Amino acid sequence: MGDTLLKKVWDLHTVRQLPTGQTQLFIGLHLVHEVTSPQAFDTLRANGWKVPFVDRTFATVDHIVPTRERKRPFLDVMAEDMMASLERNVRDFGIRFVGLGDIRQGIVHVIGPELGLTQPGMTIACGDSHTSTHGAFGSVAFGIGTSQVRDVLASQCLALEPLKVRRIRVTGTLRKGVYAKDVILAIIQRLGVQGGNGYAYEYAGDAVDRMSMDERMTICNMSIEGGARVGYVNPDDTTVEYVRGRPFAPAAGDFDRMATWWKSMASDANARYDDDVEVKAAELTPIVTWGVNPGQSIGVDGKVPAPAGASDPKAVTDALNYMGLTPGQPIEGMKVDVAFIGSCTNSRLSDLREAARIVKGRHVAKHVQGLVVPGSATVAKAAEDEGLDAVFRDAGFEWRGAGCSMCLGMNPDKLVGNQVCASSSNRNFKGRQGSPTGRTLLMSPAMVAAAAVAGEVTDVRELL
Amino acid sequence: MRQISKITGRALPMRGNDIDTDRIIPARYLTAVTFDGLERHVFEDDRKSAGGPYNRHPFDVGHFQGAAVLLVNSNFGCGSSREHAPQALQRWGIQVVIGESFAEIFFGNSGMIGMPCVTAAPEDVAALMDVAEREPATEFAVDLVAGTCRAGALTVTIALPPKMLEAFTSGAWDTTGMLLDRFDEVRDTAKRLPYATDRAV
Repeated sequence: MGDTLLKKVWDLHTVRQLPTGQTQLFIGLHLVHEVTSPQAFDTLRANGWKVPFVDRTFATVDHIVPTRERKRPFLDVMAEDMMASLERNVRDFGIRFVGLGDIRQGIVHVIGPELGLTQPGMTIACGDSHTSTHGAFGSVAFGIGTSQVRDVLASQCLALEPLKVRRIRVTGTLRKGVYAKDVILAIIQRLGVQGGNGYAYEYAGDAVDRMSMDERMTICNMSIEGGARVGYVNPDDTTVEYVRGRPFAPAAGDFDRMATWWKSMASDANARYDDDVEVKAAELTPIVTWGVNPGQSIGVDGKVPAPAGASDPKAVTDALNYMGLTPGQPIEGMKVDVAFIGSCTNSRLSDLREAARIVKGRHVAKHVQGLVVPGSATVAKAAEDEGLDAVFRDAGFEWRGAGCSMCLGMNPDKLVGNQVCASSSNRNFKGRQGSPTGRTLLMSPAMVAAAAVAGEVTDVRELL
Repeated sequence: MRQISKITGRALPMRGNDIDTDRIIPARYLTAVTFDGLERHVFEDDRKSAGGPYNRHPFDVGHFQGAAVLLVNSNFGCGSSREHAPQALQRWGIQVVIGESFAEIFFGNSGMIGMPCVTAAPEDVAALMDVAEREPATEFAVDLVAGTCRAGALTVTIALPPKMLEAFTSGAWDTTGMLLDRFDEVRDTAKRLPYATDRAV
């Protein structure tokens, strides 16, 4: 019986079994950002601890940064304090850092892969639940809380419980207008927002094999929305070619040896899984969420459910009330006020290209505010080099600087009142986008572009 | 860390599945470099939107003030990895959470700060919630070692992974200390990785 990638990576990084029954796991790459780290650094200082593996640690700033007016000091004094605190911490502890104004700055889950820091076979941790994104490279990547950020800073290790593995095979061909985002939304819809609890998700199947790294990242990114802390794709030639030549990739002379090792870490053909699920790609349609968690979704041609007959009628009623929807109402045609293209889920160059293809020669509806927020300064530059910023601007979108922006309401980009936002982000929780009554409809970037143009939820397939 | 084995106090029922960390503590309160004062914002938006004096949010109900036991349904704490969520609850006064199930990161974060999340069967959680709502003055007695929660005449079974229980009851829940304990083994692990050079200072 063979092993899964999870087991191979886990065993390789195991330091020892702890008295608590957990595994002490060495962390190959620790990504740090401003929000979940200040209290951790304070504890290190209070105890006189150092960061022993500074070359395994890398910091950037993304959550709180304004995407428009980026002059220092920030207008928000709390944000300025947080920013200054990170700058002091990386300086005091000798950690590599890319800040505002650096072409390498951006959303931590965009820049890790982009800089070649993220590599197959690694364990990766970051104080952010969307760290699962890095699993797209065949790494095992964990989102952690601040106490664990402290642990990794001080010891480069985590105390963790073992995980089961569920393989999710996506087979066949996606139809036109159906994207990686729809695949992961469909998986969450089917397995539920709790379904992944205790599991790592291994995404496999010929549809995943054919996907680009950007697409694989979109899928792994939202593993956590399905309850799985870890999601990964086995490394293959696509992975190797993506990493080749990036700033922190292995040097040319060492690259082939590393690439061979990376591929050897993929799950064996006869690996045993704790669960195995198949998703047929051809059956999928563009998906839109109608509720207040990422599992509450339907096809764009579908109707929002009624509480009667639902497994949790109260949850459905509550979600419909919050969203201002009536049972049985088609989701298509729901008016939107804001269109947001961005976030660690969907802010990479290929996402922007696909959205630009939809809006080119069209214009954002009069009542809609359209926002495009590239995932990193590097993505922004690449997009500008091919004129995508002009396409978006001409269509009436605002073109912003890199950051988490309107995904989470920790910076000036927020919904107002009960605005409805067509969003390429990852969470539609109540209040998620910064207004306590704001409403989020999750969908692919192409669908957001279509909604922006139509002024309402619309089927992108009609615009392709 | 201090030893935790018995917790007594009144209980606060927070009904609903899949309650996410954005609801527990809205992201705007994460823009601070300490956890101080988070208790003032627990479920803030949720509380504001609750339906008036006859449908008050449990965290605003007078007789639940000062509760030490939080009762929840399934997948409590899903979403973001923000430790601010358990920090806010703990600082508000919650010492233990009893629920059907917990999101993984929230469960871990809570353990790290000495606020155990223990599980109980759905019907037992429902029964405990009923007691808390019907007779809010009831003193709940949570005994981690015995694996029970007693509320008046009702006693239900609660569960915590055995090793975690040991760590709580012995006060040995100091992960950093444990991880630093045999640091030579950490260096050895780093050395055998094909990609990491051991440059530990």
